[in-house]
Parts: sequence; C-alpha cells; structure tokens
Amino acid sequence: MSGRLAGGGRLIDRATPVSFTFNGARLSGFAGDTLASALLANGLLLQGRSFKYHRPRGPVASGVEEPNALVNLGTGARSEPNARTTVTELREGLVARSQNHWPSLGFDLGAVNARFAPLLPAGFYYKTFIHPRAAWKSLFEPAIRRSAGLGVVPEEGDADRYEYLYAHCDVLVAGGGVSGLAAALAAGRAGARVLLMEQTPVWGGRALVDGPEIAGGPAADWIAAALGELDALPNVTRRARAMVAGAYDHGYALAEEMLGDTDFGPRARLWRIRARRIVTATGALERPLAFAGNDVPGVMLASAVRDYLELYGVSVGDRTVVVTNNDDGYRTAIALARAGRTVPAVLDARPAAGGALPEEARALGIRIETGRGVARVRGGKAVRGVAVCDQEGEGAVVGRIACDAVAMSGGWSPVVHLWSHSGGRLAWNETLAHFAPDTGRPPLGPDGEGFAIPAGCASGALVAEEAMNDAHAAGLRAAQELGFRVEDTPAPAARSPHEDPPRAVWMMPARARPGLRAKAFLDFQNDVKVSDVRLAAREGYVSVEHAKRYTTLGMATDQGKLSNINGLATLSQALSIPIPEVGTTTFRPPYTPVTFGALAGEARGALFKPTRRTPIDAWSDANGADWEPVGDWRRPFCYRHGTETRAEAVRREVLNTRQGVGVLDASTLGKILVKGADAGKFLDLLYTNVMSSLGIGKCRYGLMCNENGFLFDDGVVIRMAEDTFLCHTTTGGSDRVAAWMEEWLQTEWWDLRVHVVNLTEQYAQIAVVGPKARAVLSALGGMDLSKEAMPFMTFAEGTLGGVPARAHRISFSGELSFEVAVPANRGQAFWDAVMTAGAAHGIAPYGTECLHILRAEKGFIMIGDETDGTVIPQDLGLSWAVSKKKADFIGKRAQARPEMTRPDRETLVGLRTGDPAVVLPDGAHAVDGPVAASGPTRTIGHVTSSYFSPTLGHSIAMALIERGAERMGQVLDFPLEGGEVIRATVCDPVFLDREGSRQNV
Amino acid sequence: MLLLTCPYCGVEAEETEFAPGGQAHTRRESAGADDADFAAYLFERKNPRGVHFERWRHAYGCGKWFHVARDTATLEIFGAYSAQTAAPPEALIAKIRRRRPGWEGWS
Amino acid sequence: MSDLTVSRVAPRGMVTIRADLGGPGAQAALLAATGCVMPGQRRIALQGRRALAWMAPDEAMLFLPPEEVAEVPGRIAAALGAAPHLAVDVSDARVIFRIAGPGARMVLAKGAPVDLAPQAFRPGDFRRTRLGQVAVAFWMTGDGAFELMCFRSVAGFVEDWLLNAARSVDPGLFAEG
Repeated sequence: MSGRLAGGGRLIDRATPVSFTFNGARLSGFAGDTLASALLANGLLLQGRSFKYHRPRGPVASGVEEPNALVNLGTGARSEPNARTTVTELREGLVARSQNHWPSLGFDLGAVNARFAPLLPAGFYYKTFIHPRAAWKSLFEPAIRRSAGLGVVPEEGDADRYEYLYAHCDVLVAGGGVSGLAAALAAGRAGARVLLMEQTPVWGGRALVDGPEIAGGPAADWIAAALGELDALPNVTRRARAMVAGAYDHGYALAEEMLGDTDFGPRARLWRIRARRIVTATGALERPLAFAGNDVPGVMLASAVRDYLELYGVSVGDRTVVVTNNDDGYRTAIALARAGRTVPAVLDARPAAGGALPEEARALGIRIETGRGVARVRGGKAVRGVAVCDQEGEGAVVGRIACDAVAMSGGWSPVVHLWSHSGGRLAWNETLAHFAPDTGRPPLGPDGEGFAIPAGCASGALVAEEAMNDAHAAGLRAAQELGFRVEDTPAPAARSPHEDPPRAVWMMPARARPGLRAKAFLDFQNDVKVSDVRLAAREGYVSVEHAKRYTTLGMATDQGKLSNINGLATLSQALSIPIPEVGTTTFRPPYTPVTFGALAGEARGALFKPTRRTPIDAWSDANGADWEPVGDWRRPFCYRHGTETRAEAVRREVLNTRQGVGVLDASTLGKILVKGADAGKFLDLLYTNVMSSLGIGKCRYGLMCNENGFLFDDGVVIRMAEDTFLCHTTTGGSDRVAAWMEEWLQTEWWDLRVHVVNLTEQYAQIAVVGPKARAVLSALGGMDLSKEAMPFMTFAEGTLGGVPARAHRISFSGELSFEVAVPANRGQAFWDAVMTAGAAHGIAPYGTECLHILRAEKGFIMIGDETDGTVIPQDLGLSWAVSKKKADFIGKRAQARPEMTRPDRETLVGLRTGDPAVVLPDGAHAVDGPVAASGPTRTIGHVTSSYFSPTLGHSIAMALIERGAERMGQVLDFPLEGGEVIRATVCDPVFLDREGSRQNV
Repeated sequence: MLLLTCPYCGVEAEETEFAPGGQAHTRRESAGADDADFAAYLFERKNPRGVHFERWRHAYGCGKWFHVARDTATLEIFGAYSAQTAAPPEALIAKIRRRRPGWEGWS
Repeated sequence: MSDLTVSRVAPRGMVTIRADLGGPGAQAALLAATGCVMPGQRRIALQGRRALAWMAPDEAMLFLPPEEVAEVPGRIAAALGAAPHLAVDVSDARVIFRIAGPGARMVLAKGAPVDLAPQAFRPGDFRRTRLGQVAVAFWMTGDGAFELMCFRSVAGFVEDWLLNAARSVDPGLFAEG
C-alpha cells in the first residue's frame, strides 16, 4: 500500500500541513505536495477510470505526461475538469473529485464495458455506423454517449480573470531543468535577452532526483548557484509554472503561466512570445513497457516511483518489482532499497546487465533476472504480484513474485514537441530507440535559418555529461547566431554513472500470445492495447496517422506522450516496416492542455469585442434606445417610450417623422475627405457615375462597385472646393471605403495627386427630417436654410445655434431633410439644441427601423439588404447612376460581361401582398408559377426588404425577381416553411411620392 | 504567425498588424480588354509551392501597402518593397536566386 | 514611487497632415507652419504644448492647444505651396489616454504586439499598432509615461480595457534597467 515515509521528500515541507478533500473525504498533505503525491501519501492509489472501459487506474507518471489520474478540481465558478493530479499543486482547501465513473470511483457500473472488451475493438465506433443500420440511433449512439466523456463541463461562468502578455526576447529557453539553466546561462552571459520558462514550480528538473554531480558538487548546489547567477543578469527573465505550449512560424511561441486562483490578480497569463531563437530544453519522457496488466493501479513508470520517493517522501508500495530494458531503471531499485523498501527483483529484458547502475544494485543485494520480463500483472484495483516470463518467449510463466507495485522503464524519448510544432524534422536513433531532433532540418525563421535549437535530453543526450555539454553549446550557439560575442567557455562538468545501451522492447514478452496482447495497454486513457494497433494494421491502416485515428491511440488529453513511440513501434512490427519509415504522427500544440480562459484572455464580458459608439450614444441610452448592432456600431433600433412595444415605437416614429419632424443620429455614416488636384479624376474612377462635374456646394448620390462590377457601397458625395470632396459612405462601409481608396491610390494610381483622410469620427451627424425640419433648424439661427438659399442636393457651411455646422439638404426618407455635421465634441450640445428647438413641433428621435421603413416606402435601396455581393447597379434600376460616357471606372468592364448583361437577371421590384396586413418574411423565395403540390419548384427570386408601412397602412416589400421589370402586375407565390403560401403582386418599388414633391420644398 | 518588416515603418511586426492582399504585380485590365484577359485579371492567381510575391498592408500601422517575396513552403521572407512598382527590385531577385538556385523567375 | 494611473487627457487640438514629408522643403515648411521639427520614422517630436508625430512617410499628426487649431491648416497650405498636401482638423476624432507609473509598460504589453522593454521603447518613440482588437497609437513622453490615442467611438472600450489591464501588474517585468 502506498503511503508517506518517515523521512525524505525534497520538495515537501512537513512543518506545513495542507488539508484538502477528495470525493468529499477530508485528507491532509504537506506544502510542496502535488495532489497525486498527497493522495498516494493517504494510501489512495486509485485516482481515476479510463475513458473506454472504465478500468480502475492510478497515476502511472509523476508529471505532465500523466494519462490516468484526471480529476475535477474546484466547484461552481472555479471548476476545472480533467486536471492531472500529478501536476496539481496541493493547496489549502483544494476540492478534487474523480471522474468518468458511476456511482463511485471504487464501484463503477461502466466497468462492464471491460467485460465486453472483445466487442469493443479498435474502430468499434466507426463499425457501429455500418451495420446493422438501425442499431446506430437506437442502440449504439445512446450507449456511447452515456459512457463517453471524462470530466464534467463547468456550468457556471469562470470566476477568474486571465490576460495576455506580449513578450520579445532574443532567446527563449523552454525548460528549467539543468539543461535549460545551462543554456540560459550561456546565452545570458553573452548578453542576449533570455526568457527562461519552466512548467513546474521547481527548477532543476530530473537532476534533483537522479542526482548527477555538476561542477564538482551535488546537482542541487549547482542549480541554486545557477539560479543566483541568472537572477543577477538583468537581461534574463525566468518564470516558473510557465509551460511553453507551442512554437509556431518565425519563432512565435505561446506559454501559459499559472499565477494561482485568487480574487486579485489573473489566474493565468498567456505569454505571446516573439523569440529569435528557441532553445528546447524540454527533457525526455520515460516510456512504459507493454505487458499484460500494465495498467493495474500500482504499475508505474520507474522514474515516477522514484520521484514520489525522493521528492515527496511517498512510497508507492512496500514491495516493488522493477522491470526495465535499460540501466536507468535500476536507479529506482537503488533508491527504493536505500529508502528501506523491498525490491524483490529487477526483471531486465536484456540478456545481460553489466553497467555501473546494475552493479550498484547487485551490491545492495537486489536480485537481478536478465532476459526476463513480466508475463502478466496480477490484481484488479491494486497489484498483487507479477508472473515472470522469458522476454524472448510467448509468455510461459517461469516464476511468480508477490508485490504491490511495479516500476517499469521502457527507455527514454526526448520531448520533441516544440522542435516539431512548426516543421523541425526528427531522426530515429537506433541505439537509444527514440526519435530525436534532426538538427540539420530545424524549423525556420523569416531569414530562412533555423530558429530552434534542442538542448540536453531533448536533443537525445540522455547522460548528464553529454546533456550539459549539449545544452551549454546550444545556449552559446543561440547567442552567437544572433550576433552576440561569445566566449568559448567550457560547459559545467557533469558526472553520472556510465550506462549501457537499452534494448528496444515493444512487447513483453516479445512473442506474446493474443490474450496477453489484449491486456497490454499502449494508450492508458483511451484504452488502446497492442492488440488494437495490430488489428488496425490487419484491417489496412498502414499510415500512422490513419491508425492513430482508427484506434484513437494518442488522441486522449495527454496526446500520446507515453503511447506515441510504443504505438508506432507496434505498428511498425505489425507491418514489418522499419520505425523511421512508419514515422511519427504530427506533434501539434499545445504541449499540454491550456485552459480556455487563458486563450480568451481579457476578451470576455464588456471587453469581448469593441462596440463603436457615437457622440449621442449616452443620450440615446438614457432615452429609451433599444439597441441593435450595425457593422461595428450600436445604433438605436427605436426609442421606446414607457411600456411601448418595439412595433408601437417604430410606428410612432414613422408617423411623427412623416407628419411632423424626427431626428436621427446619423453619425455612423462614413465621411471621407478626398483632396488634391486629381481628386475629381480619382472619384470618377471609383464611382460609377461622374463626380468631377459636380459643382462646388452641390451633393450627388454615388455608387461604388468592385472590379467584379458588384455594388458594395453608396452614399452622397459633396464638393467642398475645386480640389476637395467629402464622400459619405454607409455605416458599415467607412473603414472599408477609406481603405479601398488608399489601396487604389497606393497600388494602382499612385501618380494621381490625391490625399484621403477618414473624417468619420471627427463629426457628429444629425439628420432633422420631416415637414417641420426647416422650422426647427431655423429656430437655432445662424444659417439661411430656405429653399432658395439651400435647394435640394446642396450644402452650406456656417454656424447653427452657435455651433460650427455643415448642413446638407439630402434625404434618405423622401421628406424635407437636413443632415447637419458638427464637431463630434459638440455633437451632444447640438443634439440638445435641436431637441429644445423642436419641442414645440413635437420632435422625436427615431431609430434604424424607422429609417429603413422611410427609405423602403421611397424604394431606396440599402446596401446589404438589396445587395448581397452579386448585385450590379443595373439590377436595382440604378442605371441612371452608371455612366456610359466614362472611359473607365471600377466595375465598368465587368458589367459588360455576358453574365451581367443577360436579360433574365433578377431585378428590383416592389411587392404588395394580397392581404395588406400580411408582411412577407425577409428572404422569402418567389417561385415560378403556382406552388406545385409535389415535385421541384423553380425559384425566381427573393424578398430583400419587407415592412409594414404605417404611412400607407399596408405592407410593402422589395424583391429581386428574375425579369422583374417584365412582371409588373403579376401575382407571385412565396411558399413559407410549414406549407403556408403568401401571394403578392409585383409593383413599382417606389410606394410613396414618386414625384419627390415631399422632399423638394 | 509570420514576422514581416514594413518597408515604410521600418518596423518588424507580427502578422496580426498586417492584412494580406493576395498576389502582387497583377496587371489591371479594364474597359476594352477581351474576355480572356479580363477573366485572367479577375480570377487567375498563382499558387506556387515556393517563391511567391504577395501584397500586404500594414493595416494596424502606417496603413501602407507593400510587396513581400516569400517562400510559401518554408515561409522564408526574401524581402519587402514598395507596392508602387511593376516588378520586384533587381537586388531582391538576385538574392532569391542565391537562396533558390533553381528558381524559374518571378513573372 | 507613484502609483500606476490611467486617465483621459484634456482634449487637444489635432491636425492630420498629408504630404510627401521627405520631399524637398517639406520639413522646413512644416517647421515654419507648426513650430515643430519633423521627427524621424516612428518618433514623436515633443515641444512643450505642441508635438508632431510621424504617422507614415506621407502623414504626420500635429498636437497643439485647441485654440490654435483653426489657423494651422491655412499656415500649412501657405508653407507647402504647390506641393500636394492636405491638412485638416481632426481634434474631435480621437481620445488620448495617459498611462503613467510603474507597470505602464506592462499594461500596454498586455494588448500590443510591440517590444516594450526599456531598451526597445524609449521616450519619443511612437508606434501605431493594435491594443487587443483596437487600432491605437502610443508614444512615450519625456517623463516616462505613455500617451495612447484611439478613435473616439471606441474610447469607452479602450478605457475599460486599460483599467482592467492596470488592475494587476508585475513590477518585476519590464523593469527599467
């Protein structure tokens, strides 16, 4: 049984107990514990259930690679699923719950899946799609949905805050083990800006446990000295609890720094790093061995067993069998024996074990059996013993050993994720049986040179001396490549016992019978076994990427950190293809899961997305505005009085504007100043109609098309001086049109003498609309607004009510209308003055819906309603605004293409419904002839705008209908969802005041 | 995420400050162009694996358009230059030839 | 040591100037018309209550007391003469914030993909970039504070953004060497 030893534990502070709960039980650990070590200290080996078979599982690892020990942390608004106990720092009051089981961790009904394991082979999910067909919906899908899934998604919003931080450095060192420290020192001493990040709270990595001698003393002493020197270098920044999650193009890296759950600072910080060089000092991960029952709680990586022992003073079991294919596994046997634990035997798959570490183990009296392996592990929720076999056999049992823990070591694989994320290639090392970075083919920076440099164990240098030399050289190289002057200093001297090479063991025993292979797990979380990979190979999945998806090997939350190499080696054997030719699956970021909150950063709630607000926004908000988004802006849909509904408010606004006077905040309209000797020539190229002929002081409506000929923006252009125009755009179009103008000026017509400035935000623009508009504005005083002084489609500059103003006689409503631009900072004051002056006339603000109805009654088009990126001006009856005389304008050539000139294009018409109260839905389709009872129906167009007109007392609509102009008076069917059909008569789209007599006053 | 150097600002900045604008050095066809030439201008774009000339705008910076020569496979940036030119600068072409000896040329 | 503060500054006069600023005589003309020396690329010339910022090779932004704005476009036009140019009052289009005190660099680094380390961004440096999702420009004043401008329609958002970012800063990062 696991438990805390009386002594030892480098990282824990026995003077500081920490209490926490697991599945409701109140437990105690020490400061410095991980949740995994604290649970083990409390004798709780069983920490989770596997995904597919719900098999009982304990931790198999002691770090980020852990696939089994996943729990739900926290409650309510601070709840996080799928947290690995092995990297969860214990803190006072921590609440953890195990997951993926029902009703309890100890007794899980879902575990019956395991009994049916033969029925749930690789790809069973896909096979359920195939036959019997009816079974998927009724049987398989509900069953799979019920049993699938690990943690529970939090139901409350996250109470914590998160943030981004953009950081720039010369050298990012990922990994704070001794290799990372050596590399950071080498680069830092040379003067490079170094950012050193370590994913755990502790610096020094495995050296703390495996204890090589560095610089003539204990590793821990060197680590402390190195940290001291790094802190003294002003050009070095180091952050613990910061996991470099991904390395991307051109040396971009993401890192997640955990800052803690507090009510004050952010919980996590997402570092967005620009590094000129990335040193990947990411260490190596131990591989499990594939033998039957290798997933029973108590079977653990050998390195994890000694981590728990050395770092936390926790013993995984009283009697631990070590099974290994390499010398490093002996370190665990030695550590256990030194701590007074029993090691009944070391089973070494190699024919001989003569290295320094096996010799040391022998000297401690540990029995070593070479050429042997584990045939199977006995036990269910805990290890009871192992059956021993010859490694080269089929699994015939040659002996049994009673034990309560098994420490397994299948060799070490460099962590190559960061190296590989953006294209670094790997090379297979036959001796060490692992993939390591191929330093000749690194990921490339913008200059075409490699930006990543592997260091230490991560580059395949697994022995301390080699690792330190490699890491030191990596740091020097990074600095040197960036132009820093580097002194040729020696690496910190490291010494550790000589190790004999490992022997690749992909199945234990090598010729294991099917029954054993079906219990030998490769991917613990997803329950993928050796037999599954072999089945996939038999069924034709020869590509490693296909086999991965078919078997789900490596697709769990740990992304195959333990299973990757063992899985592809198994595939390689099954296919009889060498491992390098099988290749690896793609390493994708993030290295370990990054919390969604960190990815979202500050962008939530009010900071989710900027909403543009006009100078009148606050007034509108205080006066009943019912907001709607328009482009990036918010605009009042309507202003509601008291208990009015939206519809009632809109009706009131329309009638008040048509009969009296309304006021509209039109500040969102784009206002782009175009000035220069060639301004007229330029606008003639941009607009479909002629602008150069516009008189000073006059206004002209214009259309803009793209090179495809399609209409994308419209608005009124005014000429302020011989060389100066102001172009009004749609609300959504101001930035786009300004950028459009700049693009043409910069990239095509750079010889034109024209400058463009977007003045949209400089002005508040207020439209005073309705028969009494002139009376209201005249009351402000300062400008002659009479018909004679300011006829329709002219403008004038002056002051109104003491505010500098530019008043335009333009109309989007068909009414007498003045659009007045004033400096934005005076917009509210001017609005107030208008409201005061208009009070006697019953002035009231109106919103976008009223604006739409007013324009639709007049048959005016709206960009985005009547246009959809496939509509040319000619479709909308706007040929009058398309010049036939101009030699060129953007879209002219396209509008001459056969598609644009064919007679059966959809063109704009009005619609009147048979029942005047019925309003056609926006987008309703018109069909050719009466709706057929059955069979296909041809669509001939659709409704683009549709409203009830309070002015006219009936519904109005506009539509784009094939050969629309030829269909005046035709009755069309508009079938709706659910079978209802609305019938409407095609008519002129101008419903009100065709002569324009209302605005021309 | 790419790092680009804006030739107008002289600043190296990350891709999020820029907006891409597709293939560089397309020749505008207008009124009078035949259907084939006009269709080519509107629709036909290169999609090379290797050296490519692109338009970019420093959208969050100075707002200027410029051209970039880039390897679409390795993401190497050979250089950036003014958009107000019909052809890449000679020095840039020479540099690309040094870096990519078998390159077939820009046009 | 003073605290980290985020505040809106009182409205300033602002004039956008478009012209070939590298052209012959342009710098002398601007000096005559504005009293400011045209700064170098990505720099701002700070001269008392006036400042001239480099926005692009053909664009500058003049900051000056509001009461002096009206006469400036005319003076610039006179000074530049026939050279193509545009000078226009944009005082109302933008809002300026001041971020001062320890951690100011970090506040901006939370949203701008710009190297804000002390050795990389100094007084007089001027940068147009983005802050989160919003286009901004910021510069460092002589007293080590930052000023940041954005369009007025998003000023409320930017203010909320800055205040949120300023809630917690790590004094160890971006420390002045």
